[in-house]
Amino acid sequence: MIDTALVLAILVSALRTATPLIFAALGELVVEKSGCVNLGVEGMMLVGAVAGFAIGLTTGNFALAFLVGALAGAALSLVYGVLVLFLMVNQYAAGLALTILGGGASAFWGQRWQGQNMRGLQPVEMPGLSQLPVVGSVFTRLDIMVYVALAAAALIAWALLRTRLGLVLRAVGENHDSAHALGFSVIRVRFAAIAFGGAMAGIGGAYLSCVITPLWIEGMTAGRGWIAVALVVFATWKPGRVVLGAWLFGLVSVMQIHGQGLGLAVPSHILAMLPYLVTILVLVLISRDATRIRLAAPGSLGKAFRPTA
Amino acid sequence: MDSATISEPRPATSGGAEAPPRLRVESVTKQYPGCLANDDVSLSVEGGEILALLGENGAGKSTLVKVMYGLVAPDAGTIFIDGREVAITSPAEARAAGIGIVFQHFSLFESLTVAENISLGLDNAADRRDLGRRIREIGARYGMALDPGRHVADLSVGERQQVEIVRCLLQDPAILIFDEPTSVLTPQAIEGLFDTLRRLRAEGRAVVFISHKLEEIRALCDRATVLRGGRVVGTVEVAATSVNDLARMMIGRDMPAFGSDHAGKPAGEALAVRNLSLSPADPHGTALDDLTLVARGGEILGIAGIAGNGQEELLAVLSGERPVADPGAVLLNGRQVGRLGPGARRRLGLGFVPGERLGRGAVPPMSLSENGFLTAHWRLPLARRGIISPRRRAAFADRVIDEFRVATRSRATAAQALSGGNLQRFIVGREILAGPSALIVAYPTWGVDVAAVAAIHAALVALRDAGAAVVVMSEDLDELLALSDRMAVLCRGRLSAPMRVRDCTPERLGLLMSGATPLETADAA
Amino acid sequence: MPLRLVPRLAPSRLALYGAPLLAVAATVVFGYVLFLAIGRDPLTALHAYFIAPVNSRFGLSEWLLTALPLTLIGLGLAVGFRANVWNIGAEGQLLLGAIGGGAVALALWREGVPGTFLLVCIAGALAGMAWAAIPAFLRTRFNANEILTSLMLIYVADQLLGYLVHGALRNPQGFGFPESRLFSAEAIMPNLLSGTRLHVGWLLVPLAVLAMWFLMSRTVTGFRLQVSGEAAGAAAYAGFSQKRMVWLSFLLTGGLAGVVGAMEVAGPVGQLLPEISPGYGFAAIIVAFLGRLSPVGVLLAAHLLALILIGGENVQMLGVPVAVAQLFQGVLLVALLASDVLVRYRVVRLGRLGRGSA
Repeated sequence: MIDTALVLAILVSALRTATPLIFAALGELVVEKSGCVNLGVEGMMLVGAVAGFAIGLTTGNFALAFLVGALAGAALSLVYGVLVLFLMVNQYAAGLALTILGGGASAFWGQRWQGQNMRGLQPVEMPGLSQLPVVGSVFTRLDIMVYVALAAAALIAWALLRTRLGLVLRAVGENHDSAHALGFSVIRVRFAAIAFGGAMAGIGGAYLSCVITPLWIEGMTAGRGWIAVALVVFATWKPGRVVLGAWLFGLVSVMQIHGQGLGLAVPSHILAMLPYLVTILVLVLISRDATRIRLAAPGSLGKAFRPTA
Repeated sequence: MDSATISEPRPATSGGAEAPPRLRVESVTKQYPGCLANDDVSLSVEGGEILALLGENGAGKSTLVKVMYGLVAPDAGTIFIDGREVAITSPAEARAAGIGIVFQHFSLFESLTVAENISLGLDNAADRRDLGRRIREIGARYGMALDPGRHVADLSVGERQQVEIVRCLLQDPAILIFDEPTSVLTPQAIEGLFDTLRRLRAEGRAVVFISHKLEEIRALCDRATVLRGGRVVGTVEVAATSVNDLARMMIGRDMPAFGSDHAGKPAGEALAVRNLSLSPADPHGTALDDLTLVARGGEILGIAGIAGNGQEELLAVLSGERPVADPGAVLLNGRQVGRLGPGARRRLGLGFVPGERLGRGAVPPMSLSENGFLTAHWRLPLARRGIISPRRRAAFADRVIDEFRVATRSRATAAQALSGGNLQRFIVGREILAGPSALIVAYPTWGVDVAAVAAIHAALVALRDAGAAVVVMSEDLDELLALSDRMAVLCRGRLSAPMRVRDCTPERLGLLMSGATPLETADAA
Repeated sequence: MPLRLVPRLAPSRLALYGAPLLAVAATVVFGYVLFLAIGRDPLTALHAYFIAPVNSRFGLSEWLLTALPLTLIGLGLAVGFRANVWNIGAEGQLLLGAIGGGAVALALWREGVPGTFLLVCIAGALAGMAWAAIPAFLRTRFNANEILTSLMLIYVADQLLGYLVHGALRNPQGFGFPESRLFSAEAIMPNLLSGTRLHVGWLLVPLAVLAMWFLMSRTVTGFRLQVSGEAAGAAAYAGFSQKRMVWLSFLLTGGLAGVVGAMEVAGPVGQLLPEISPGYGFAAIIVAFLGRLSPVGVLLAAHLLALILIGGENVQMLGVPVAVAQLFQGVLLVALLASDVLVRYRVVRLGRLGRGSA
């Protein structure tokens, strides 16, 4: 008999751990829907994390911290946008460059914050939900950004399917030549999508440093940006599945913390491998059906676009 | 600039009044690096008239269309609508000015529905309201039945074109431009399209019909403006001009006489496929269905059909890019090669000229030397024990360049720097000089200049006369009729029994291509 | 927009070699501005960064020693990138090489077999190849994106190394510190230059450069790799197996990274530690791009990146965060990718083509 308090504690940590992944992966999903693969999520999360932490620590205003984290991520994503959209650089290479640049920049400017403590964003009580039997206490232990992430997923799913903006975004990602021929600005749509993706990754990073740890540690994303990219593939470019996937990773990741409580006699180093191994596993499971991936992926994904004129 | 005043089509200009033409293009010039695409081009079209814009590949038709639709900014030139100068700098402005266009390569989105596709082409939110009903209405009025909820990926080529046309008509344009609309249609579908076009003319709209097919222009158009090398050669009344005169204007001389006056008798079977059924590798592909094909040495077998009926799949099976489980399903000179890949089949005497030149038949940034080596090293001793002989590689490339008269500075030139015709000469030459006993050629003259067409046809005929089997796949019926000894039609993954060319009529082929006549497949005994 | 890119029919030779120099120049300018911005005298700092560390015999040998792993991994990656195979996990393959080589060194700790270091290197190569085989297998068998899988495996390798130095390979007499015992003298890479830490492993540098040049420019296999990378359609058409290219690229890089990992622990370090590499596997990605995926280019680029790594350590004395090295790497790669546009495109000012009446 596993005790209920432990299960609820695991649930709370899993939901929190999933939140930065949801933000970052939703952003990447929008970018990929427009036809670009930005592998620089890791770098954008890191600059978001350091920027958010700096603001959170100095002002204590977390709304501002997330805003600045988003701006930092978006600012870095513009480097990718310029490289890919105007200079026709290979998207993979540009994304890698962004990861290295973001890692370096955040480590460089973050050194002064390294090791400093702050009181992170505090949980809020969700009216109604917190009155539920058994699980009610979960909804007193989560912060507002957990709910914002879910709302963002719903909003993006709705916008993609039901709005003109979403239709144009999908069209640009599906076939940029046709979209161009109809008079849509492929570059402008993609630039906006890339900036949005950067902002979302920045928020995800800020969530790590302002809520989860709450600390700034060099390279603290530890591959979460890459897992976010993998999640988009795993979710076959559907926002709802991004959330499900992120929850799964949240659960796996917190095993390391709660392993002992659950009586798992596995060394912590091995438990720490789990999120990465699970990422590989789900990638393999989803990718082995090549047809499914090809039908789900945006048609112009990864291809360079140069308007002929 | 106020260009949105043209809203509804007027009836055809009646005689007497000096009304300006509906659309007038004046002195358009467009220079691309290394190519003057449009040189002082002018034309005009009246309401209630179909104007043909006639010219060879590369004559500048597409550039002019892009200028008229605001996709390309000309270096000089003016556009007038009803006598008033309009500035068109984007497709949205063109649409607002009353110009609609149906592209040659459809600007459709496969994963989206018909309604979503059409919605994307409508600039006003008001136009997008109640879209499903209006799509059905317009479709019914012009004889096109479209289901707004279907995904474009599931539509036939003809239906896709109808989506483009309906999208265009929903904005009620006074001027319609059709860019090579018949190149992908069956003869029967072409008749349907012509009916639609005539209705549009009867309503008083101005139609520009772009083509290089002379018979179609004779059947449909009122006047023709002929382009050659980026310049207007002249504008003529179609009814008063013979096909030969049109041809002479278009290419600058008489139509070259193609045709293989074949007398020799075919030898034994060189390349054969037996009762092959195969599901497609690509989700949008076509399954091959009990397909049988026999090509004999000393003959050219033509394979007609509309793109998307299994051409890619059949080519992959023949070339070995898609090996099949049953070794006996594909035979090369009597040997079972079904499970062999392209390299092993080339060693046994197969050659293949693919439809896509850059990126498939040749590696764009690599030199002609390397591109010669690409396939020839399987059959010719250009490397020993895995080590390349640069000398032999160079000598082979020089031979191809020399014998097939490839215009290039040297063998060190990159493939992507060659014109379409020259690169095709090189690829065809490379495959032929490897000495194949069976050669597969896909779309041999697509986008190739007239001189290269003649040279390539002659080379294929010479290869046949030397005893090799040649399989030619093309969408161009005229080319197939001129070149083949026997012809078969590929439709929905099935191949008809081959017919002698003298028994083929365009009507009969058209019925087979559209699937209206059930196919009689070859007996695979 | 007043400027427009026009594709070149053939890549520009001048730009091909000029672009890396332009990128390096841009990075130095960035460094100048950066040092100025954080209140250091830029010239002093740049001197401390790029000149002082290699201003002595020992400094030069350290430079060569740091460039060794970067050259070897960079060569492997260059072959892979030419074939359009994106192995981003060389860092993990390096760690496995260290584990494999280290395990052999520790197993033979007491034996005193002369030449053990050779076995250590071979074991490292095999371990690196085995680790690289995982993404290759997942890509060829299950179509799984090799970027993501090879990258995830870095983190797994890192945890594996941590697990081993905390457990099975920990020094029993080490007071519980997470490190192995010191290797025996036979397992240590023999010294090449007295008074320095440069070891015989460096001899692999000229060998590998030559071998890679021969592979890429003279062999049918090298030709096929390049065709696969330039045009997958042409490779399929010509009958070159894509899967074989994936395997080849991964095994080659994995083997080289594995040797490097083994030589790191059997060379300067002399034991297994939880931290082995200062990011050689990532820096080698930049090396490969900066070196234009050509053998000699990789050799030069590796020495530049080595300088950036060493210099980063050196400017710590001026109170500059050591992360400046990674920042410079990022800036260098971005600048390189940006200047690469000149190789494939001409920049044309609109109007030079003649806008006519406009």
